[in-house]
Amino acid sequence: MSLSPGIYFMSGNSAVAEGAIFAGCRFFAGYPITPSSELAERMAARLPRVGGIFIQMEDEIGSIMAIIGASWGGLKAMTATSGPGFSLMQESIGFAAITETPIVICDVQRAGPSTGMPTYVGQGDVMQAKWGSHGPYEIIAVSPSSVQECFDLTIRAFNLAEKYRVPVIILMDERLSHLYEKVRVPRKEDVIIVNRKLPKSKKNFLPYLADADLIPPMPPIGEGYHFHVTGLTHDERGYPKIDPEVQDRLVRRLCDKIRYHADEIIDIQTYMMDNAKIAVVAFGSVVRPAIKAIKLARSKGIKAGLINLRTIWPFPEKIIREYAEKVHTFIVAEINYGQIVHKVRESVNGKAKVVLLPKMGGAIHTPEEILNEIMEAR
Amino acid sequence: MEFVDHHIRDKYLKVDRLPHIWCPGCGIGSILNAFLLGMEKAEVDPDQVIVVSGIGCTGRVPGYLNMDTFHTTHGRAIPFAVGLKLARPDMHVVVFSGDGDLVTIGGNHFIHAARRNNDLLVILVNNFNYGMTGGQVGATTPTGAITTTTPYGNLERPFNIPYLAAAAGAVYVARWTSLHVRRLAWSIAEAFHRKGFRVIEVLSQCPTTFGRRNKMPEGIDMLRWYRDNCVIQHYADPKDAEIVPGRKIIIGKFIDITDGVETFEEKAWNLVRKFLGDRIEIPFRKGLRCPKEIPG
Repeated sequence: MSLSPGIYFMSGNSAVAEGAIFAGCRFFAGYPITPSSELAERMAARLPRVGGIFIQMEDEIGSIMAIIGASWGGLKAMTATSGPGFSLMQESIGFAAITETPIVICDVQRAGPSTGMPTYVGQGDVMQAKWGSHGPYEIIAVSPSSVQECFDLTIRAFNLAEKYRVPVIILMDERLSHLYEKVRVPRKEDVIIVNRKLPKSKKNFLPYLADADLIPPMPPIGEGYHFHVTGLTHDERGYPKIDPEVQDRLVRRLCDKIRYHADEIIDIQTYMMDNAKIAVVAFGSVVRPAIKAIKLARSKGIKAGLINLRTIWPFPEKIIREYAEKVHTFIVAEINYGQIVHKVRESVNGKAKVVLLPKMGGAIHTPEEILNEIMEAR
Repeated sequence: MEFVDHHIRDKYLKVDRLPHIWCPGCGIGSILNAFLLGMEKAEVDPDQVIVVSGIGCTGRVPGYLNMDTFHTTHGRAIPFAVGLKLARPDMHVVVFSGDGDLVTIGGNHFIHAARRNNDLLVILVNNFNYGMTGGQVGATTPTGAITTTTPYGNLERPFNIPYLAAAAGAVYVARWTSLHVRRLAWSIAEAFHRKGFRVIEVLSQCPTTFGRRNKMPEGIDMLRWYRDNCVIQHYADPKDAEIVPGRKIIIGKFIDITDGVETFEEKAWNLVRKFLGDRIEIPFRKGLRCPKEIPG
């Protein structure tokens, strides 16, 4: 079964796999791609032993569609990929969003665009994770910054997917996926595992009639519910309706079920932000040199702190807005040429200075690079 | 004259969704009827039959069925069904979609599911063109045919679907037409009781976007073409099943080797059983109950 409680030494990729199994994932479909392949390999070895199914599909489109199918078949399901594969999955992410299918996708980001640098780190998929599929929709994305968080946030990703019936993306990066660290596996009884809500009765059942929380119960197949699931705009019966009013109702609900619960979903971490005047905003691997840089800055008497975007989507606007009243500068350190900085700037709304500290990919920031920026901002 | 306001197979349909979207003269309705008849003949519980489609005219079939049904993305019905069937090996999973969906945009999934022997019944309606988008050329359009994107005639050679399916490893391969509805229904009933990757190609008529540009302006004209040119020949070499204008079209059952061939689902769940033994209960769908041969 899932790992027994204790201390383990493993890579980020393995920790995601073990976190998934711990959360109840029993189906994995994937396609080999560096730097995520070890995750699939671990699942191939582990799933049959815990009563689950692993299948290597013919491509990433097949992989994500297979997990959507398996999720409707009642299994918690995930796939893992990297940039090029993540691009191929985008259409189906929209399908999972409109059909409200709980799935988890681990995107181990590498340096792009295109094939880029397959074995080197990148963080260029942040905007794609949110806006990659066409049309208005919301997803959830979490971003771990340690191997322990790879384990913990994967469990959280499954819980969020099941609760909100939404695709959840684990935005990892290469550096973390290949990093080996200590992982503490908790006892089963100390961890909350969420399962999708099921309909209470078949009588007058409407598959897309949401409860007050805007989330409709998910019917099981083969039990006479006779429900239809479609990627077309549909009404509460699940029937296709090409009608602007129905579209309005559906799309608002799909987005609002995430937006209204943003406070519940968002779980960011701060470090030395209490009296900070300069905030470094980072996620993933970059959190690590950022912590070091802040320690160095503090030793020089500079009041700097860190905001670790453990939840990237929905974006923690409110929290950034609140800090904008307290700090004079935000330094956004990310391994791309400016993505999440746009959301920070929007949230700060002119109340403080926002500086981008980019890396084009292939390497993470050094603590000195971040420290220099902090010194400059002082 | 007596009028009735219902059809004997209405119970399988979401009648509140009727009328359907298909054009007058389209063949999909007859094929849908044959499917329901086949399912009835097979004596399977419709609650245990899950129908999955992609996009296109045929892709709209599941939406009319009063069963658990999925209308997925373009070309991806098969990989969706692969995941669904692996999760629920006790269900009959039927993929009911068109030629453009299954062998053009979705061609890669088609051959790989056949190679793996995923336990799916694929009903592939071939109307030789992309009907819903206005009649463009597809991977099944006969050479020389006029479509909206081949105004001077199709330069390409089409897929021979039975040959493609057989070469990729399908264990049950048949071809019928929207005219041969009785035999089609029997074939569907038979295929329900086989296991593995089963393909039934159904040649259909599309007067609106294909026939009228190719000297068969009415639905009945294409049916006449099938009546005059189809030759029923069971166990013919699928190589000879290519559709070439002016030549005979071979229909019938080409391949039926499903007995004893392990499906991917069986292999995957048997692997689980190897590790967990009796600690896990794996329901597989019920076995053969149907007559083995299609009656004349």
